[in-house]
Amino acid sequence: MTDPIYVTDALIAEDIDAYLAGHEKKSLLRFITCGSVDDGKSTLIGRLLYDSKMIFEDQLAALEADSKRVGTQGQEIDFALLVDGLAAEREQGITIDVAYRFFTTEKRKFIVADTPGHEQYTRNMVTGASTADLAVILIDARKGVLTQTRRHSFLAHLIGIKHIVLAVNKMDLVGYDKAVFDRITLAYRAFASEIGITNFTAIPISGFKGDNITALSDNTPWFKGPALIEHLENVEVGSAADEAKPFRLPVQWVNRPNLDFRGFSGQLASGKVKPGDAVRILPSGKTTTVERIVTLDGDLGEAAAGQSVTLTLADEVDCSRGDVIAAADNPPEAADQFEATLVWMADEAMIAGRAYWLKLATQSVSATVQAPKYEINVNTLDHLAAKTLELNGIGVVELSTDKPITFEAYADNRTLGGFILIDKLTNATVAAGMLHFSLRRAQNVHWQATDIDRDMRANLKNQRPALLWFTGLSGSGKSTIANLVEKKLHRMNRHSFLLDGDNVRHGLNRDLGFTEADRIENIRRVGEVAKLMTDAGLIVITAFISPFKAERELVRGMLPEGEFLEIFIDTPIAEAEKRDVKGLYKKARAGQLKNFTGIDSPYEAPENPEIRIDTTAMTPQEAADLIIDRLLG
Amino acid sequence: MTDTLTHLDRLEAESIHIMREVMADAAKPVMLYSVGKDSAVMLHLARKAFYPSPPPFPLLHVDTTWKFRAMYELRDRMAAESGMELIVYQNPEAKERGINPFDHGPLHTDMWKTEGLKQALDLHGFDVAFGGARRDEEKSRAKERIFSFRTATHGWDPKKQRPELWNLYNARKAKGESIRVFPISNWTELDIWQYIARENIPIVPLYFAAPRPTVERDGLLLMVDDDRFPLKDGEVPVERSVRFRTLGCYPLTGAVESEATTLGEVIQEMLLTTTSERQGRIIDKDGGDASMEKKKQEGYF
Repeated sequence: MTDPIYVTDALIAEDIDAYLAGHEKKSLLRFITCGSVDDGKSTLIGRLLYDSKMIFEDQLAALEADSKRVGTQGQEIDFALLVDGLAAEREQGITIDVAYRFFTTEKRKFIVADTPGHEQYTRNMVTGASTADLAVILIDARKGVLTQTRRHSFLAHLIGIKHIVLAVNKMDLVGYDKAVFDRITLAYRAFASEIGITNFTAIPISGFKGDNITALSDNTPWFKGPALIEHLENVEVGSAADEAKPFRLPVQWVNRPNLDFRGFSGQLASGKVKPGDAVRILPSGKTTTVERIVTLDGDLGEAAAGQSVTLTLADEVDCSRGDVIAAADNPPEAADQFEATLVWMADEAMIAGRAYWLKLATQSVSATVQAPKYEINVNTLDHLAAKTLELNGIGVVELSTDKPITFEAYADNRTLGGFILIDKLTNATVAAGMLHFSLRRAQNVHWQATDIDRDMRANLKNQRPALLWFTGLSGSGKSTIANLVEKKLHRMNRHSFLLDGDNVRHGLNRDLGFTEADRIENIRRVGEVAKLMTDAGLIVITAFISPFKAERELVRGMLPEGEFLEIFIDTPIAEAEKRDVKGLYKKARAGQLKNFTGIDSPYEAPENPEIRIDTTAMTPQEAADLIIDRLLG
Repeated sequence: MTDTLTHLDRLEAESIHIMREVMADAAKPVMLYSVGKDSAVMLHLARKAFYPSPPPFPLLHVDTTWKFRAMYELRDRMAAESGMELIVYQNPEAKERGINPFDHGPLHTDMWKTEGLKQALDLHGFDVAFGGARRDEEKSRAKERIFSFRTATHGWDPKKQRPELWNLYNARKAKGESIRVFPISNWTELDIWQYIARENIPIVPLYFAAPRPTVERDGLLLMVDDDRFPLKDGEVPVERSVRFRTLGCYPLTGAVESEATTLGEVIQEMLLTTTSERQGRIIDKDGGDASMEKKKQEGYF
C-alpha cells in the first residue's frame, strides 16, 4: 500500500530526458485540506508527501526518532509530525496557521494548503481556500458529519470552490464497513445540497494505513474508485473556463524604459488577447487596439488568462496602475456602492462608518462599510442581526468607495470581485470580501454640474476657504478658543461658520448616541456639512472631541489638499478634569456617563497636527492669535 | 477543459505578478542575490517581469568572504549581463575581528549573514527586499507568507503576519518597517531545476560534478576551495568527483559524490536521491529542532 506507484522510478533511471519532457507538460492543482484537530488531516498530508517520495532518508530518520519521542502512534511513524511546522504548535499538538506543501505525480504538481480546523481559525481556512481549485473535507468515520464539517463545507462553497472531495478517514478503525461510509455520504449529501453544493466525490480512506490514497485498497473491495490521488490527478480544473470569459487585464505597472516605448504590464485575469484586438481602458472608457504583446522571449501572437505579459497600445491613451484594459465590446462596469460578503480577520472588530483601504486587483481606494445587513452563523448558517463583525465573523454588508472602481461579481471573476480591507493606521489586513453587485446609486445619482464653482464663490468673498478642525478632550478649551477665532475673523470681514459639537447634536445628529459607531457617524456627517460650506467659500470652524485618528483623516481626505487644518487643543486629562466646566468628568467617574473620552473610551492624539495649542502654556487669546496668524499668514 | 499553461508557466506568471506588485508600494526595493540556483531563477524572472526595462532595483550580495570562488565569478558576470547595479556588503566588524567558519561556529553565520544583512538594509534604507526562499525547503518556511512583514528592528513575529488571499498582497507599512518578499515561494527544488533547463539559465559550475579536492569531516564532504582551509594533522585533501546541491560558505557546505555533469543527470540524481536538499547544510542543525524558525525571528533571511 505504501509503494509510491505513481512515480515511475524506472523512466527516471533509464531516460531522464524523456521523463523531463513529460514533466514539463504537467499541470498544476491547488487544493486545501479541511478537518478538525482529530480528523487525521496532518497524517493524510504526511502520507501524500511520503507516498510521493517527498520525504527523504534524513527526514525519515528524524521523523522516526520524533515519532518515538513525541508521536501519538506508539512505535509507528507519526506522519503528522512531518507537517506540524512551528515550534509552538508542535508543543501544543495542533496546527495554528496556513502551511503550504508540495508534491508531484506523473500528471500534476500539487500545492496543498494545510488549514486548521479550529473554530477561531476561520480566517486561516478562508485564506487557504482563496487560491484553491479543490477542497478535501475530512471526516472521521467514527464520528460522521459534525458541526466543523458543515462549517468547512460552507466556507469552501462561500469562497467559490467548485470541486469538493469528501474523504471519510480512519476507515481502518470502523472495520472498513461499507454501511458506515454510505451512511456518512448520505448525511453529507443532504447537508451539501442545502448550502448549494450540488456535486462532490466521496472516498473512503485511511491516511494512517494508506488505504485508497494512491491505489484502490483490498480492504474496501466494495469501493470502485477513484482513489484519492487518481481523482486529484484527473479532476478538470483547467484554465479553459477563465479563457472563455471576456478579456480583462488589471494594469500593475507602466513599463517606460525610454521615450519610444510605453508598455502596460499585468496578469490576464480572464479571456485572451492578441495584437489588433480592440480594447477599452477603464475607468476612462477610451478605446484603442493592442499593438504588441511583449516578453523577453519575443512578442507573442496571443496571451491567455493567467499569463503575465506587457501590452503596447496603438494610441497614446492615458493608462496607469489601477486601470483595467478590457475587451472593447464587453467591458466590466464601474461603481462606488456595493453589496458584499465580508470575512473579518482582525482582533479589532469592524467599525461601521470608518474608512479602510480597499484593495481589489491593482486598485486601491478608500472605502467605508455600513453595519452588516446580517451576520452568518457558520455552524447553523442562520442569519443573525449584527451591528459589527468580530474576528472570524462573516456577514453581508453594503460598502461605498470614495471613487468608482472597475469590478465584476466575485462569482463571475475572482480577480475583479475579491478584495481585502486594510486598516489605515496599523496597515493590517483586517478583512477579505467578495463583491455581489453594485447598488447602482452612484450611476443614477449623477453629479450635477453647476456653472458657478467653488473658486468663484470664494473669490467673491475675497478669501481662501478652509476647515479649522479643533480636536481635544472634553473641557480642553476647544469651544472657547474656536469662538474667539471666529470673533476675530468676523472683525476682519472674513466669512466664517462655527459648527459646535453640542449644537449639532441638538439637530442634524440628534438621532445619534455615544457608541463608537455613532461617534464615527457624527463626525462623518459634520465632515460632509463642513465640506459643503467650504464649497460655498466659507472658513469653517469645528469643535468636536473627534477622538479617533481614522475619522479625522476621513474628513481630511474629503477636502482639497491644504484646506484641512487640524488644531490639537492639547490639555492634559488631569487639567481638563480639574476644570470640568460642564461637570461631565464627575458624572463619568461616578459611572453615570458611559463611553466618555479619556475615562472609558480612548482619545487618539494627533501625531502631526497643523497647529498644536498647549493650553497650559498660553491663554485662549494667545491661542486664537496664533491660529489666525497660521491661517492667514 | 484542458490546461493551456503548464505548472512552470503558472509558477513563472505568479512570480512575475508578485515582483511587479512590489513596485506599487515600495519606496526603495532591492533583490538579495546569493548566487545560488534559486537566486539565478529569481534574477531571470525579474528580467522577464520588467523587460524591456532592466529590473528597477539593485542586486545586494551580503558577502561573508567565504563563498566559493566560482560564485564570485558568476555573480559579477550576471550583474553585468542584467544591467543591474550590484551592491556587495561585508560586515566591517566581522571583517575586523576575522570571524570565520572554522574558529567561530554559529557566530560566523550570525555576524556575516544575519547582522550583515540588517546592516546593509539599514545603510541603504531598503524597504522591500526580494529573497529566493522556497516553502518546500524547511518546515518553518512552509508557513511563511510571500510578503513577510518585518518590524523596524528586522524582527519576524509569526503573529503579526498578514493573511494573504487570492493574489492580493498588502504591502503597506509604517516608516522604518520593511517587507521581505519571496517571489518563488511556491517553487520546489524540482521546479527550479526544470526551469533552469527550460530557460537555459546560467548557474555556478559547482552544481555539476567534477574532480575537486575534498576532505571528510563530521560526515560531510568539504571542498578545499582555497588555502585558508586549515587542514588537521595528517589530513590530506582527496580528489573526488563531487557536486553541490546547495551553495553557501564553502567550509559549511557539504558536497555529494556524483558523476552528474549535465542538467539532466543532476535532476536524475536529485529524483533518485534519498537525502533532502538542506542535509548538506550545517546551518539548520545549530540549536536543535526549531533552529531555522529561531534564526528567522532574529532577522536571518
